[in-house]
Amino acid sequence: MNELVEFISNNLQLIYILILAIFIGVELIKNVPSVLHTPLMSGANALSGVVIVGALLVMLQAKPDDYLSLGLGFVAVILGILNVVGGFVVTDRMLQMFKKKK
Amino acid sequence: MTITLSIIYLITTIAFVIGLKMLGHPETAKRGNLISGIGMGLAIFATIFLHDFEVPSTNYLLIGIALLIGAILGYLIAMKVAMTKMPELVSLFNGFGGGSALLIGLVEFSNFSTDVTQTSTIIAAVIIGSITFTGSLIAWAKLNGSMKDIRLPKYNLINNLVVLALIAFGAYIVMYDPTSLTLIYLLLAASLVYGVLFVIPIGGADMPVVISLLNSLTGIAAAITGILYGNMVMMVGGILVGSAGLILTFIMCKAMNRSLSNVVFGAFGGGDAATAAVGKTGGTIKKTTASDSAILLNYASKVVIVPGYGLAVAQAQHVIHELEELLTKKGVDVSYAIHPVAGRMPGHMNVLLAESNVSYDKLIEMDNINPQFPNTDVVLVVGANDVVNPAAHNDPSSPIYGMPILDVENAKHIIVNKRSMNVGYAGIENELFFNQKTSMLFGDAKSALTELVNELKNM
Repeated sequence: MNELVEFISNNLQLIYILILAIFIGVELIKNVPSVLHTPLMSGANALSGVVIVGALLVMLQAKPDDYLSLGLGFVAVILGILNVVGGFVVTDRMLQMFKKKK
Repeated sequence: MTITLSIIYLITTIAFVIGLKMLGHPETAKRGNLISGIGMGLAIFATIFLHDFEVPSTNYLLIGIALLIGAILGYLIAMKVAMTKMPELVSLFNGFGGGSALLIGLVEFSNFSTDVTQTSTIIAAVIIGSITFTGSLIAWAKLNGSMKDIRLPKYNLINNLVVLALIAFGAYIVMYDPTSLTLIYLLLAASLVYGVLFVIPIGGADMPVVISLLNSLTGIAAAITGILYGNMVMMVGGILVGSAGLILTFIMCKAMNRSLSNVVFGAFGGGDAATAAVGKTGGTIKKTTASDSAILLNYASKVVIVPGYGLAVAQAQHVIHELEELLTKKGVDVSYAIHPVAGRMPGHMNVLLAESNVSYDKLIEMDNINPQFPNTDVVLVVGANDVVNPAAHNDPSSPIYGMPILDVENAKHIIVNKRSMNVGYAGIENELFFNQKTSMLFGDAKSALTELVNELKNM
């Protein structure tokens, strides 16, 4: 119990941010027309590629002889950037089609 | 962390929020996607160049190579894939994100693992990342058609036990053995297996819900790794995706009148639905031919097309547009009735029809088209079933009772194009097919529609 109290008091700011972010996410999506569900899902998917920042940090901080970190980080960067680039491009392609034809 | 880097992360976070907001409105969606994309690009470059520690040049080289490979591959895949394949593509990319998170967790396990908070964060990243990784890949394979639903006996019980075991296992590592690499690899393997078990029994039409859920989980995995590094943009971006994805999941469930637990723990297509299928309706159906249907359509003044899953699968979106143009030229008023969950994903039908140049204002949403059916001469249902099943209105015992549907039975004539009399996804008979006003045009959507178009051309 004490540990929990300690954890909360140490990370109060973090907890605030997380909870507010949850509410923002909910509010942003709440009234979206069903037409946009697929592009929206795809767009959100592209955003989850932000995990690439972590993958980059792994690679940046790895020692040159730490082959495990470098190798896994390398793959992580590839997967992350795939998620980012693929996600944004696909979303763009989908939305391209919604453009009004003259 | 340098102050410039922090400020750029802040800008990126704002770009994410604004981008996501704009993505929710048809007029601004494209720009919204661009804004979040630029934000992401900024964050990536800033992370690489604006740190305050020494980085060996080989690392830079490797990062550059990895970025190049991934970016080119991602671009090519995203540009090449057909629009009908969109749902599985989103799932595939999502899986990559999960894979990235799990690898980060693995690396950092050997680096950090002293502090309880950090170890538990890492463990959570590994578990969630692995589940989304294999789960998304399975979803991709299933939507691709290269894998069928597999239901192990008692899979609900098994799956729930596996989840509990995963959590307990994770907790054990945190508490007693936070440095054991063997244990973390075991945990990794178990989580990967769970991702497979989780998605494998879920039916094809529910896949979008599952993908949305997995997408939300990837966001959470990103947020967790963000906590590990104290990195705000990962944290806030991840949580945004997590909560937005979860809400989207619920919205999709609502449009299908299903609960999330119903989707995940499955009831449709299982034992109880099969008995429901036998009960109801009997009676005779009326078959029709392409030429008869063509005559009916030709002399109608108002036609409504109801496109469904079958149209998407048969890739008949171009033919249907041809049919629509032909009829419009003959002076028929043609529009499309779009059910919120028509196609393979909510909103997917709109994307498909937009791809074949069907104009925006011809796509009419359910609530606006329903009052128009009594004045409609012919409704052409192409590959849709459950979304036009009147049982949703008048049979309280039906599993789809209460689901909002398109009231096509109010129209004067109904032509239903279907491959066979097989039941739809919900596994129930559709009394619409036995209606006096309904005639059945059997055949694959693409070939049946092509035949229709040819008949109409000859008139």
